[in-house]
Amino acid sequence: MSVLVVAEHDNRRLSTSVLPAVTAAGQLGDEVTLLVAGHDCGAVAEAASAVAGVKRVLLADAPHFEHGLAEELAPLVVKAAEGAGYVLAPATTFGKNLLPRVAALLDVAQVSDIVKVVSGDIFVRPVYAGNALATVRSADPVKVLTVRTTAFDPAAGAGGSAAVEELEATPAAGLSEFVERQFSESERPDLTTARVVISGGRGLGTAENFKLLEDIADKLDAAIGASRAAVDAGYVPNDYQVGQTGKIVAPELYIAVGISGAIQHLAGMKDSKVIVAINKDEEAPIFEVADYGLVADLFEALPAFSSALDSLD
Amino acid sequence: MKILVPVKRTIDANVRVSVRKDGSGVETANVKMAMNPFCEIAVEEAIRLKEAGQAEEVVLVSIGTAKCEEVLRHGLAMGADRALLVEADAELQPLGVAKALQAVVGKESPDLVILGKQAIDDDNNQTGQMLAALLGWAQGTFASKIEPGDGRVKVTREVDGGLETLSLTMPAVVTTDLRLNEPRYIKLPNIMKAKKKPLDKIAGDELGVDLSPRLSVTAVAEPPVRSGGVRVESVEELVDKLHNEAKVI
Repeated sequence: MSVLVVAEHDNRRLSTSVLPAVTAAGQLGDEVTLLVAGHDCGAVAEAASAVAGVKRVLLADAPHFEHGLAEELAPLVVKAAEGAGYVLAPATTFGKNLLPRVAALLDVAQVSDIVKVVSGDIFVRPVYAGNALATVRSADPVKVLTVRTTAFDPAAGAGGSAAVEELEATPAAGLSEFVERQFSESERPDLTTARVVISGGRGLGTAENFKLLEDIADKLDAAIGASRAAVDAGYVPNDYQVGQTGKIVAPELYIAVGISGAIQHLAGMKDSKVIVAINKDEEAPIFEVADYGLVADLFEALPAFSSALDSLD
Repeated sequence: MKILVPVKRTIDANVRVSVRKDGSGVETANVKMAMNPFCEIAVEEAIRLKEAGQAEEVVLVSIGTAKCEEVLRHGLAMGADRALLVEADAELQPLGVAKALQAVVGKESPDLVILGKQAIDDDNNQTGQMLAALLGWAQGTFASKIEPGDGRVKVTREVDGGLETLSLTMPAVVTTDLRLNEPRYIKLPNIMKAKKKPLDKIAGDELGVDLSPRLSVTAVAEPPVRSGGVRVESVEELVDKLHNEAKVI
């Protein structure tokens, strides 16, 4: 069965979000094709061809594919999906924006955010902010799926040698135009793939106080996240948000500082391997999911934590 | 400009959901229901555009059982002008809902459809994108800012890397993210006024679209529960445990 995976990228680099999607694709069929649609994105196609388990790379290069607009990409994905049994994309904002548009054009349902492939037509996905897991069967001829990236091991980014074929671009739709992008510049690891994540909540009190987390993040090579409350309060930008509607993370170590632990936040981090909670409110629900809980004033605990890290060998 | 706002009735965001023992779904009997929070943000935004003089009419639509009238009245009390209830008793899924909305758009001819990016029950995040596809319209998903003007609408989107701004040709479909606005509290006189605002009902069959579900849910289970952890007394103990016991630092 042939499986099409839509690659996320910025025309220069292949996003790591593609790798778990390729793993999920490999569980559905042997013929895994990666679609790279962009502009001047030859380097991405090259990287795509090296992903282990990918049999074929389709490269569609045109100016109107440069910004990944759903209106432009959806007809192309439909074309690339001819004969395929599955169309997959990572459940990132890129995949979430694009794939339902593809599904509707194909007149099929989409199964969002799958965390497990049970069989060729049965998938498991979280609902109600992860408070329940639904097993879903799709009877559609083409199955359109977005893949929760933390639920599948990433495919190896090297070792593959797929052939790159050009795919003729579909015509420009011209419905939408890209204006600008304001992306947070950071030297830190990406929130969704970092080995360690340290997140702050409303307990931090100000944007300035997030610097207390930076010091520790530097020492642990950690990404910095935040609860919705902290983002809403303007302490940090929206792309820091971990939770039901923000980013889903599952690092080796998740440190929640001054976060009470609303179910919407827990939905985004409870699959982390080890969870640490630091909160002065001993009743905070975050402690129910924490492996190690410390009831303490974060303004005392964080500097102490930082110095204790220095004394580790 | 006319704005259509589709809204969904869901379990209240503050309810702690529980899975039915027989695995058939989540317990919804005797549970508080409300307008999906993202839909409420959509209603608020449409009303603000009207208050700013950029829209003339805000029309709500909900598809589902007669009980959806509650959420439509809620939206009318917030300030929408009128509402439409498409009555359908069977299970609904995003593709069917998008088709129903496409038919409603055909009747109402809005310039802008604003709806929530996802419902907090099924967490699908599909309906807006599907509706845009069926209509052949531009889409601005996960919006944190909506600025209409001159036949186009500028939408700032919350994406993984930060923010992205697009300019869409109208008519267009926009889906709301959390930071677009904070919905207003409803004052009592507005609840009374909302009871007199027009709310039309039509049967789902009358739209002539296929509302049947494509996916079947075979089981619903509780997620694995994390085993209870330990409390540590000091930062030193915490660091020691992370280093020597969990071996993660």
